[in-house]
Parts: sequence; C-alpha cells; structure tokens
Amino acid sequence: MPKNEKPATSEGNDGSDVNNEEDSAAENQENGRGADKERKRAKPRTRRGHARGRARHGGEEDGDDEDGTRRAGQRRQRNRRGRGRAGGNEGSDSEGDPTKARKNQANQKSKEDDEQEEDEKGGKSGKGKNEKKQDKKADKKGKKEKANKKKKDKKKSGSGSDSDSEEEPITEEELAKLKEEVEEKKKLIATLRNKPWKMKKKLSVLKEAQLFVEKFEGALGKGKGKKFYAYKVMMTKKWMKFQRDFENFKTACIPWEMKIKEIESHFGSSVASYFIFLRWMYGINMILFGLTFGLVMVPEALMGKPYGSLPRKTVPRAEEATAMNFATLWDFSGFAQYSVLFYGYYNNQRTIGWLKFRMPLSYFLVGVGTIGYSFMIVIRTMARNANEEGGGDDTSFNFSWKMFTSWDYLIGNPETADNKFASITTSFKEAIVEEQESRKEENIHLTRFLRVLANFLALCTLAGSGYLIFFVVRRSQKFALEGLENYGWWERNEVNMVMSLLGMFCPTLFDVISSLENYHPRIALRWQLGRIFALFLGNLYTFIIALMDEINLKLEEEKIVKYNMTIWEASLYNGTIPENSTAPPIQVDPADVPRGPCWETMVGQEFVRLTVSDTMTTYITILIGDFLRAVFVRFFNYCWCWDLEYGFPSYSEFDISGNVLGLIFNQGMIWMGSFYAPCLPAINVFRLHTSMYLQCWAVMCCNVPQERVFKASRSNNFYMAMLLFILFLSTLPAVYTIVSIPPSFDCGPFSGKTRMFEVISETLEHDFPSWFGKVFGYASNPGLILPFILLMVLSIYYLNATSKSYKEANLELKKKLQSQAEENKRRNKQKAQKSNEQEENPFETEPPQSKQKGGKQDESAANQDNKKEQSGNEAKTTGQPQEASASSSQKPQHPGAALNGHYPPQGRGGNLLPPPIAVTRPPGPSGYAAPGYPPGHPRFPGVQPGMPRGPPHYR
Amino acid sequence: MGGSSSLLPQEALGEYQELTFLNKQEILLAAPAPGLPRALPHGGAVVFASSSAYKRFSELLPREQRENACSVRVPKSQILTLPELRANPFQHRICHVFSTSEDGDDSMSFEDFLDMLSVFSDAATSDIKSRYAFRIFDFDDDGVLDGKDLEKLVNCLTGQGEEARLSSIEMEQLIRNVLEESDIDKDGTINLSEFQHVISRSPDFVSSFKIVL
Repeated sequence: MPKNEKPATSEGNDGSDVNNEEDSAAENQENGRGADKERKRAKPRTRRGHARGRARHGGEEDGDDEDGTRRAGQRRQRNRRGRGRAGGNEGSDSEGDPTKARKNQANQKSKEDDEQEEDEKGGKSGKGKNEKKQDKKADKKGKKEKANKKKKDKKKSGSGSDSDSEEEPITEEELAKLKEEVEEKKKLIATLRNKPWKMKKKLSVLKEAQLFVEKFEGALGKGKGKKFYAYKVMMTKKWMKFQRDFENFKTACIPWEMKIKEIESHFGSSVASYFIFLRWMYGINMILFGLTFGLVMVPEALMGKPYGSLPRKTVPRAEEATAMNFATLWDFSGFAQYSVLFYGYYNNQRTIGWLKFRMPLSYFLVGVGTIGYSFMIVIRTMARNANEEGGGDDTSFNFSWKMFTSWDYLIGNPETADNKFASITTSFKEAIVEEQESRKEENIHLTRFLRVLANFLALCTLAGSGYLIFFVVRRSQKFALEGLENYGWWERNEVNMVMSLLGMFCPTLFDVISSLENYHPRIALRWQLGRIFALFLGNLYTFIIALMDEINLKLEEEKIVKYNMTIWEASLYNGTIPENSTAPPIQVDPADVPRGPCWETMVGQEFVRLTVSDTMTTYITILIGDFLRAVFVRFFNYCWCWDLEYGFPSYSEFDISGNVLGLIFNQGMIWMGSFYAPCLPAINVFRLHTSMYLQCWAVMCCNVPQERVFKASRSNNFYMAMLLFILFLSTLPAVYTIVSIPPSFDCGPFSGKTRMFEVISETLEHDFPSWFGKVFGYASNPGLILPFILLMVLSIYYLNATSKSYKEANLELKKKLQSQAEENKRRNKQKAQKSNEQEENPFETEPPQSKQKGGKQDESAANQDNKKEQSGNEAKTTGQPQEASASSSQKPQHPGAALNGHYPPQGRGGNLLPPPIAVTRPPGPSGYAAPGYPPGHPRFPGVQPGMPRGPPHYR
Repeated sequence: MGGSSSLLPQEALGEYQELTFLNKQEILLAAPAPGLPRALPHGGAVVFASSSAYKRFSELLPREQRENACSVRVPKSQILTLPELRANPFQHRICHVFSTSEDGDDSMSFEDFLDMLSVFSDAATSDIKSRYAFRIFDFDDDGVLDGKDLEKLVNCLTGQGEEARLSSIEMEQLIRNVLEESDIDKDGTINLSEFQHVISRSPDFVSSFKIVL
C-alpha cells in the first residue's frame, strides 16, 4: 500500500526541520484517526516516530539559528498544515460528497501554492546560508509530498474505496511528480556527503531519503511495467553496489599507498609528490611494457622462427666463444643481442604462426602506439591538473594564500613542522618587506656582475659537458672500429659512465654557482632546474648526434657488406655446382653467413646500456651520498671536533628537483629507444619498481626534512610540462630514423623495404579491399591534409582567443563586484542612519506580533556585533521598506548580502543570531511588497556546494 | 552499533561510505574493530578478526571500552595524541570544530572522527574543505574572520618560538594586506564566501588540506 505509507516518510522528512512538539502531537492524533481505518498504518507510524525522534535530534543541533529564523515560517506552515489537515479530515468525513472534497482540494492547492511561493521568497531572503537552503529544499519537498498525499487521501476517501487503493489509477501528473521526487531524493542521497553537516544529521536524512526512495520506487510503475521497473531499480541498486565495491577494490589496488603516506607525514607533500610521480610513471611504463611485451615479444618468441633458424637469429661464428660470458651479456651483446630483446632478431615474414599474426605491422604499430599513448596520457594529465589549479589571477591573493593555505596538514612530524613554521614566518616577513619597499638593492652592480659571472660559469659547464660527451662518443667509435676486444671495461663503458658522472656532479656545481647569484630561493630553484634541464638535454642530444654519426658509419659499412655478400654467395655457388637453379640450396650454417652491421640493434643496445648504467649510478649515489653519509654523520659524531649533524656534512635532504629530472630524462631515453629495443620498457619497469623501494627506504632512513618546505601541487604541472617537452624531443630522433633512414637489409622486421613505414602501405595493399587503399590514398594527399592542419590551427587560435576573453570577463566581473560592494556599503550606511531615525516612529502595517519579533531580532543582531556592517545592512534593509522594495536597490544589494549571509554557524556559536532572521520575516514591508525584495534575491542564489569556483560565485 | 558485534555492522559501513568521502578500507582502518581481548577467554581459536582494521580510533580508547567504541567519546587529550594531529598548530580548533560533544569538552565520537577524516580526505570537494577550513580559522566562532581571528591564525602559523613571532607592526601590516586582498565587500572582516573565493583560486589548498591515516 504505497500510498498510505507515504505520510510516514514525508512527515519524517518534514520533521527534520520542523522540530516542534505541538506539531507532532497533532500529527500523531491525526495518524491515530487514520489508524482506525487502516491497520497497516500502524507500522508506518512507528517508523515515523522513530524518524521524527532522530530528526528532532538532528534539528536541535542547528536549533540556535534555525529556530529563530524559521519560527515565523514554521508557524505559518503549521497553520497551513492544520488547515490542510482539517480539510483532509473534512474530506474524509464527507465521504458521500466528492465535489466538496474536490473543491477543498482545489482550495488547498491554491493556498499551498501561494504559501510556497511566499515561503520561497522568505526563505531566499533569509538565507544566504547554504545549509538552510538545503533544509528548506527538503522542507519544500516534504510539503509537496504532503500535499500530494493529502490529495490522494482525499481522492481515496472521496471515492470511498480505501481498500482497493492499489488498483486505483495514478494520474500521469502525479506519477511524474512522484518520479521527480524520487529522483530528487536520489540526488540528495548522492550529494549528501557534500553537506557540511554533522554525521548524525546526515545519517538521519540519509535514512529518510532511502526509506522514501525504497517505498516509492516500486510504486511508480504499474501493471506489467511495474515488474520491469522494480527489476530495473533492483539492477541499478546492484550496479551501484558493484561500482562502490569496484571503487574500493581499485583503491585497494593502488600500490605503495601506505609507504607514500608515511613519507607524506614525515616530509610534507612535496617529497611525497615525487613518489606519486614515480608511481604514475610506473603505471605508464607498465602499459608500455604490456604493449611491447604482449604484442611484439611474446608473439615472436612463441610463433616466430626459433633461434638458429636464420642468420639474424644466430650468434655469428666469431662471437660464439664469448656469447655466454657474463661480461658480454651484461653488455647486452652475445646471446642477449640475438634475442627478442632487440630489433635485429625479428624476421620480415609478413605473417607468423597459425594465427597469421602480422609481425612487422604489429611492431610498427606498437612503436607508434607507444609514443601516441604517452602523448595522450601526458596531455590529459596536464589538462586535468590545469583544471584543478583553476588558473585565475595569480598574484592578487598573495597574502591571503600565505595565510590560509600555507599550512600543510599532512605534516605529522614535529621536526618538519618546525621547519614549516620557520619557512612560513620567513615568507610572511619577506612578503611584508617586499610590500613595504619594492626591493632595496644594496649593491646593484656587484649583484649584476655576480649574476652574469654565474651564468657564464654555468654556460661553460654546459658547453664543457657537451664537448666531453662528444669527445667520448667519438673515441668510442674509434675503439669500436679497432675492435672492442683489445680494450678493458672502462673503454667499453666510457660513454655511459661519463654521462652518468656528469649528471651526478654538474647539479652540485650549479648549486654552488647559484649561491653567487643571491636570488630568492624560489627563483633560485627555477634557475637550478633550468640549468639541470639544459645539461641533461645537451647531454642527450650530443649523445644522439654522436649516435647519428655512428649510424651513418654503419650504413657505409652495410654497403660494403652487401657488396661482399654477393661475392660470397657467388663463391659459394661457384665452389659447387654451376647450374644451381634446380639444385636444392646449399646448406650453410646460419652462424657462418656474413651479415651487415644492423644499426638498429646497435642503437637499441646503446639505449639499454645507458639506462642500465644510469640506474646503477643512481643507486650507487643513493647508497654513498645518502646512506654512507648518514652512517658517517651518525656514528662519527661522537668523536669529532665539531657537530657533524648540524655542522658541515649533516644529513642530506631529499633532492626533489634532481630526482624528478632524472626520472623524466630516463623516461625520455625509454621513449627514444624502445622502438629499437622492445625490452626497454621492461627494464624500466624493473628499475622504477626497485627504485621505489630503495628510495622510500633511503628517504625514511637517511634524509632529513627540508629546511624550505615547498608545497607540491604548484610544481605538478611544471614537471608534466617538462615531461611533455622531453617526450616531444625524444620523439623527434625516433621519428626521424623511422622515416628517413633505410632499414638494414638483413635484420629486423622491415628488412628488404626501403623505408620502415612502407609496412603500412603493404598491409593496405594485401589485407584490405582495394577501395580502402584508394580512399586512404586520397585522404593522405596533401590537398586534404593541408586544409585539415589549417583548420586545426584556426580552431586552436579561436579557443585561445575565447579563453583570453573569459579571463578578461572574470577581471571585469571582479571589478564590478568591488564597485558594487562599495556602493552597497555606502547605501547601507545611509540606510542605517535613516532607520535609526525611523525606529522611533515606525509605520509598518505588519501584524504586531511579528513586528515585535522582527524588531527584537534586528536589535539583537545589531547588538551582537555592531562591527559587522553587513549584518546591519540586512537588518536595516528590513527596517526601511521603501528602499528595500525599490527595484533599483536590488541589484547592488545581492552580492554583499549573499556573501555575508552565507556562513552557517551550525549550532556552534549560538550567541550570534545571523541577521537573515530579520529578513525572513521583515517587519517593514507592508502587505503588497510582501517580504520585500530580499538582499539574497533569487537572482543570486548564493554559493552552491558543488558550484565551480571563481567568478561564477558572483553571478 | 557496536554492542556485541565485533566489527562495524555492514549496513552502518555502507551508510558511512555513502555519507563520507572515505572508502571501505579507510573507514575500517579508522573504525573500531574490537574482538581482541574479548575473544581470548573463549580460547585462542578466534581472535584478531582483522588486525589491520584494528586501528586508530579504538587505539585511542582504554581497553575496556573498545568493544563499544562506536558509542563512546574519546576525550580531546587522547585525540591530540594522534600523530596526524600532533604537529598541527590547529589541533585544538580541529577538535573543537568536529566535536559534537554537548558539554564542550571537545571530545569526539566515532562519527565525529569519521566526519573529520572525510573532510580531510583526498576525495572531499574543495567546497566542503574550505567550509571547514573557515570554521577552523574562525577562532571565536562568530561566523566571520576578523582581525583577531587573523592574528591568532598568524600566531598559530609562525609557531611557538618567541623570536619567530611577528612584531606588532608586521602583524598589523600583514592583516591589513590580507583584508585588502580578500575582503571584497570591505566590511573589515572576511566572511565565508569571500574566504571560499580566495581559497578556490589557491592552487594548493586542496592538496594540502588533507590528513591521511
């Protein structure tokens, strides 16, 4: 009997704000009367009582402010309810007179509409308070429901068929209404967590809403549809539960959460941001690894021709002796070189295995897809970060931000907290000094000279490191030409070692240099980052250029080898039978076949070696620079002449910027190299995994919190931007080699083609219908592509322009707001004066009781904090009806009023009755103007909980 | 709730998930999961229902109260021993704002505790965070941040050390600057929506207004 149960929930819902004994008594009475008629009501009633009790409890928390504000409204409401109920009873009494009931109903409806409207006005005026608005919403909803129910009750009683109410058709309108209500309730449930209420209140509201939804969801459908509807509802419920469980599962799957949290509490969010970044990188590399492993390496290993079947898949005879030596394997040559790990191993068969797996195509697409995916994910993350940051005018809230947002609540370590205190104090002082006088320069010439000198030194370092790398790479080529066997370990690993060492020591050098410059720490950090970035970039590109040289050399070599091959083949045949056309091909062991240099494998090897040696240096640096240093400082402090812990060596700090840059460049190498060495993502995953553990341990064990505790989020997108830049830079050489260098003739999946990308056209030709190839040909002709690019550029330009204009509009709005606020203030002052004069001689036509109340509120509000102009503003608005209702004054009023009335004291601080009370029931405006035009006019709905930040607040 | 059942009842757990920004693990981690000492007399068979969930909140309670941790209030002094709050200069304000205690001793029930964690959780919206931040900063609970509130706030932020304190001139200057920036309607105080306006522009408020267990 859904309809009869309805009162229970609707009343309960209502009860959440109508916390009034009298009222409930009346209801109970009525209920009781209903109970004689329907036994089933007994159950709902008890539930209602329950809900009411809870609701009352919840309501009491806000009792202080709500009570006063609402008293008038409630009274009205109660009256109305009484009336309504009377009407209802009347209706049920006069069972034989449906027309009367209907009339009644109509009457009541119109009345209710009226009152609702009035309430709405009153409500809006009264509260800029959000919470109350919510309450009110619920309240209104409740009312609506009640009205609904009463109507139905009446109808039922009018027709005199209480018992068969289930078959009674529900009109479309009511159904729609009910549906709407259920939807609203659902929305309420979904957004409940956004409300700044106490848990108890939330709980009670939730329970009521859930009860309501449960009951009426089933009632919505009818006949056949009903079952389906119930089924649908059930499924959505199940789905929701599943989703929640899935969410839980997902968060449970996030690795290293606890580790990172521990670090967060010790070192603040900035250090933790590095680890979060590391974890993010790990995720990306996992996906890259999945792509290369699943689509390239595994198919080749399973379905491709086995090792030893082809020359490219066999270790050459000359190397066989040392192919299994550890030193060789560590160098990624020997057996490692002739395996799925590197480009050269793959065969150029179009399809392999019984699945007809298109190996070359897959190889090419994975290479492209890796880069495409990386671009997509980086840009998406950047966009999301940018959204979160919200942009906005940067410097306008400098001080406020320092004050309100500078504490990092994650800090749980007293030492870090002390550092944070110190840094906040310094930042305050700095800001004040900067504000007071725009930076006094003591000796501007000296500073300038030092800065120029510092930059000069930094440039020298950069150039020197670049030259060193170039020199070393050249030398290594010489070694390679003469044969590496004659040289020792150092000569073989010279390039990587030099690069790693440079990466290790140059940042320290830059640090020393930057102390010359005497910059503000934040600016200094930027310079430092920029220099390290330039260093890494320079090194990487020198390396690539040297590599290009080597590729060219190999290409030359290849030509010679090709020529030799023909001679070799000829000699092979000449030695045996001259008429070779019919004879079976001569069996030559694939290890003996001469082969080209295969530059692709060489490039892959170089990158793999670089990655490995980079990893090793990082770990060794951590072990020596952090761990050993910490051990030394800790234990030698007992027998040393000065305090080691606070003196010179001290413990190391975690170098966020250096570590992040290292990570980014490492990733750049992965992107560059993974086309030629499919194993690279796997190695990187391994590296990230171990470094997560090692660095977590090292940080917790041997580092001290930073003296300057930065906060993370500001730099997040900065790191991302660097990553994007590096991604772009590392794509360039990879794409260049793919597009413009012919692949080796005897190794790799693209051997025999003049360019690697020809695999696409080949596939189009063989695997797709001919018309597709034609369409593709048309689509890729420059006549179409150029306009397309032009279009994209234009749209970018357009979007850019729009965003700029939005920003300008924001500023404009802000200015307007300020001027309005000022005007408002002025007006209020005037009003205050006037109303003071008038208070002695009021001429309102309001009922005496409410006037008195309003006056009292007014007074009390004014007393309680006369400091607040704003409260005066609202209170006085009511005191001065003409002004308040004058439409000219509405507009300037709302921002200020809404700004002020917005705060919900929430039961605490009950000493303050917020001014809106007086507005809810304004004493001033006589009859027609009703509650006047409240300051919080509907046009300005205040700040909703989920509303976007920024200027929209002030719509 | 609580009573004899050893874990948080399933439905309550569901409701808490619905009402807070916490997920199941977080609630359980924060939740009392008694059963440790109580199960022992029955023989060593059972015990340690889930030691990972046997955490935070019930740890704050004396042993004999852990069984019905959901209905017991933890005194403020105990709450402040949480490492997450220990170093926080606003610890007293946080306790005060989230406590529903009637006698004003700022003790916290489990639900208050959940409320707090929810607001400080990662998933909470900037709106609700800023709302509570405002109440935390509003030292005299009068609904606006005036000069005195700001002064107290600055003193909290600069720490305990005497030499770290700002001089009165600096303080005055600072507060004047803050008001100049954020007090849009120029009434000498910062109200909630002005506060939220400022906060919403701040890039790192949401990421730093966070406490994790």
